[in-house]
Formats: sequence, C-alpha cells, structure tokens
Amino acid sequence: MPEFEPSHPPLLAARGLTFARNEQPVFGPLDFSVDAGEALLVQGDNGAGKTTLLRVLAGLLRADTGDVAIDGRAASRSLRSRAVSYMGHLPALKADLSALENLDFLCGLHGRRRGQLPGNAMAIVGLAGYEDALVRQLSAGQKKRLSLARLWLAPSPLWLLDEPYANLDLDGINLVNRMVQAHLRAGGAALLTTHGAYAAPPVRTRMLVLERPS
Amino acid sequence: MMWSAAKALMVRDLRLLWRRRGDALQPALFALLVVVLFALALGGEAQALAKVAAAVLWLAVLLAGLLALDTLFRGDAEDGSLEQWMLAPVPLSWLVLVRTFMHWATTALPLLIATPLLAELLHLPRAQLPVLLASLALGTPLLSLLGAVVAALTVGMRRSGILVALLALPLYVPILVFGAGSVAAAAQGLDPTGALLLLGAGLVLALVLAPLAAAAAIRIALD
Repeated sequence: MPEFEPSHPPLLAARGLTFARNEQPVFGPLDFSVDAGEALLVQGDNGAGKTTLLRVLAGLLRADTGDVAIDGRAASRSLRSRAVSYMGHLPALKADLSALENLDFLCGLHGRRRGQLPGNAMAIVGLAGYEDALVRQLSAGQKKRLSLARLWLAPSPLWLLDEPYANLDLDGINLVNRMVQAHLRAGGAALLTTHGAYAAPPVRTRMLVLERPS
Repeated sequence: MMWSAAKALMVRDLRLLWRRRGDALQPALFALLVVVLFALALGGEAQALAKVAAAVLWLAVLLAGLLALDTLFRGDAEDGSLEQWMLAPVPLSWLVLVRTFMHWATTALPLLIATPLLAELLHLPRAQLPVLLASLALGTPLLSLLGAVVAALTVGMRRSGILVALLALPLYVPILVFGAGSVAAAAQGLDPTGALLLLGAGLVLALVLAPLAAAAAIRIALD
C-alpha cells in the first residue's frame, strides 16, 4: 500500500543490530524502525536485553554489528546528542541540590526546548511546590517525575525511556502516557521498555518483543 | 552551547560545595595536619624546619590532592550524571576539563591561598615564598589533570581508594621533583626558572591531552 509509505525516512531505524557481552549474545539481530509520531514498546522478561538495547541506541554502548540511522543518516555521536534523550535507571539527580537546581543544570547541559521553563515542567509532572525541596527528600516516584520534567524540557525528538512506569502510581502512569502522547503529536517519537502489561500510551504503537537468547 | 554547559556545571559544583561545606574543608585540614605534625616531629627548630619547609609543603599539598582525587568523578558516576554527560551535545572532554578545573579550584586553590601561612609555620625563608607559590600554581593544576585521568580509569570500580593512589603516584613523582626542586634550587642561589618552565610546559601539554584521555577512560569504564 504505497499511500502509507512515509515520505520521510524513519526517525530511528536499526538494521541487523546485535550486541554480545563476553561473547554471549545479549540480543539480536534486530531490525526495526520508528517513525515520527510513533511509539515503540520494547517488551521482554528481565535479562532479555531491553536496557542494553536502549543503551546501544543512545550511544552509551557500541553495537557489535548492524547500524543505527537517525532521520536517514548514520547515527554519529553529535547527531545522537541532538536527537536523543535517554532516561535510564539512574536518575542523574544530585541529592544535595534542590529539584529546580537539578533541572537548571540538566537544561544547561542538554539545552532547552524553546518556550519551556523548568517551573512549568515541574507543574506539568505534578511537582509544583517542590521546587526548593532537596532531591534527597523526594520519594522514588517523585524523582522519576523530576526526570520526566527534564525529558520534557529537552529539545530532542527521540525519547528513549527505560522502564518509565517503574515507581510511579496510577496517576504517574497516566502522566507518562499523556507526555508521550503530547510528544508524539509534536512530531517526536519514543521507545519505551516495559517488562509487564502496563497501560501503553494511547498512540500509534509498534511492538518489539525481546527474548532471552538460548 | 559549550559555555552554557560549562557555566551550568560550574554553578552546580559551587552549589554542591556550599551544601557540603564541611567536606570541602577536608583537604585543607589534612594539609594543615601534615604540616603541623612535621613541625612537631622536627622539634620546632627553625633552622631544621627551614631546610625542609618547601618539600614538606609540596608533599602536604600533593597528599591532600590525592585524598580528594577519588571524589572527582565518583559521585557523578554513581548517580548516573556521567551518562548524561556522555549524551550531552558538548564534548565529554570539555565537561571533564571544566569539572577538573572546578575540583582544582575547590580543593587545591584554598591550599594555595593558605600556603603563605603554612610556610610561616615552617619558617620558610621569605625569599623562597614566591618561587614556592609559582611552583605550586603551575604544579597543582598539573596534578589535578593527571589525577583526572587516573580517577576516570578507576571510576567503574566500587572501592578504589588505594588503587587511585598507587596509579597516580608514579605520575606525580616528576611533578614533585621539579616542584620541590625549583624551590631547593632557589634556596641554593640557583635559577629556578628552568624547573618552573618545565612545569609550565607539562601543564600546557596536560591541558590539551589529559581531558581527552580522561574522557576516553570514562567511556571505557562505564561500558
């Protein structure tokens, strides 16, 4: 059906991607692509390689074979740094700084989306009133929300979210879904890993199921 | 972009320093401890002290720097900040350079400022003080830069306290030799310029190469 052919190259495309740790294959070979306005749900059991896949896509790990293209161009370090935001298991927050000070630093590091302010982002993720609270006093779920605020402020079109639903209450899960939906509507794309049957965002979603290599 | 990232990192480090001002005093207190213990052990005799004063001060500064070295990247590695540094649109080596500069400014610079006082405590001849300060001003950033490479290499390990010291010491020895040597030369009435120029050359070289090496080491360590 040629009318469904996207006129642009996919925002993210991986071809023949494999990764092995100490000669033990972790995943692959994988072929997939994500268009702008789409979400890719990466599912798999613990140890199936979801986190490793996201780290490879973010450029924190080097794939053994295969290549990754962003917007039709081979993913170089500088291209990745502008196009990709990665939210991993480690929150990258300083416990001794306040929530707003942490956001200020991360915005200075990654740049900030035009017209978005850290204060607004905190309100969006439901942390209004916690601006001056030290991060060490926040709960795990609140830290996750702060990471989501950082993501919201980042100017990159491609979100790589590693277990974005972990530690969040029902309201927080809805928040992730709403944020992903808004991001996709604005022309972005998102990869989400999840090990369970969480409510997926109500958007055009592709699935990628990773299985532990035998 | 480069400058805004550098500014953000500097502001963050200064805020962190202020929140943990007790910890920030540790290197200076340690150096004071070394100096005082030396003075006591040598019996407080002005002549004996004056002879070793420059070497003791250099040693105190070097050991204090070694003590603080492990904190250079450890905190940022443990909370995932380094991952975000690697993904930032500015070169990792630039962030490493800024971080190392801030680390130097918060651990070594206070010592440099306290040096005239500590020198007085050790009866360092006044004429040698400018040479000592010049050698420390050139030598301590060099120590920090070389230390950054070692700290980056060991950042993936859980407990690396003594390993950092073992790896760093061989690199530190030449700097100590030229640093303390320049003051010793001045004490004997020789020209200390040569040793100082060598330290300066080393500093320029390390400014260019050490951040690149440290950034590569971080990428390997966090693999």
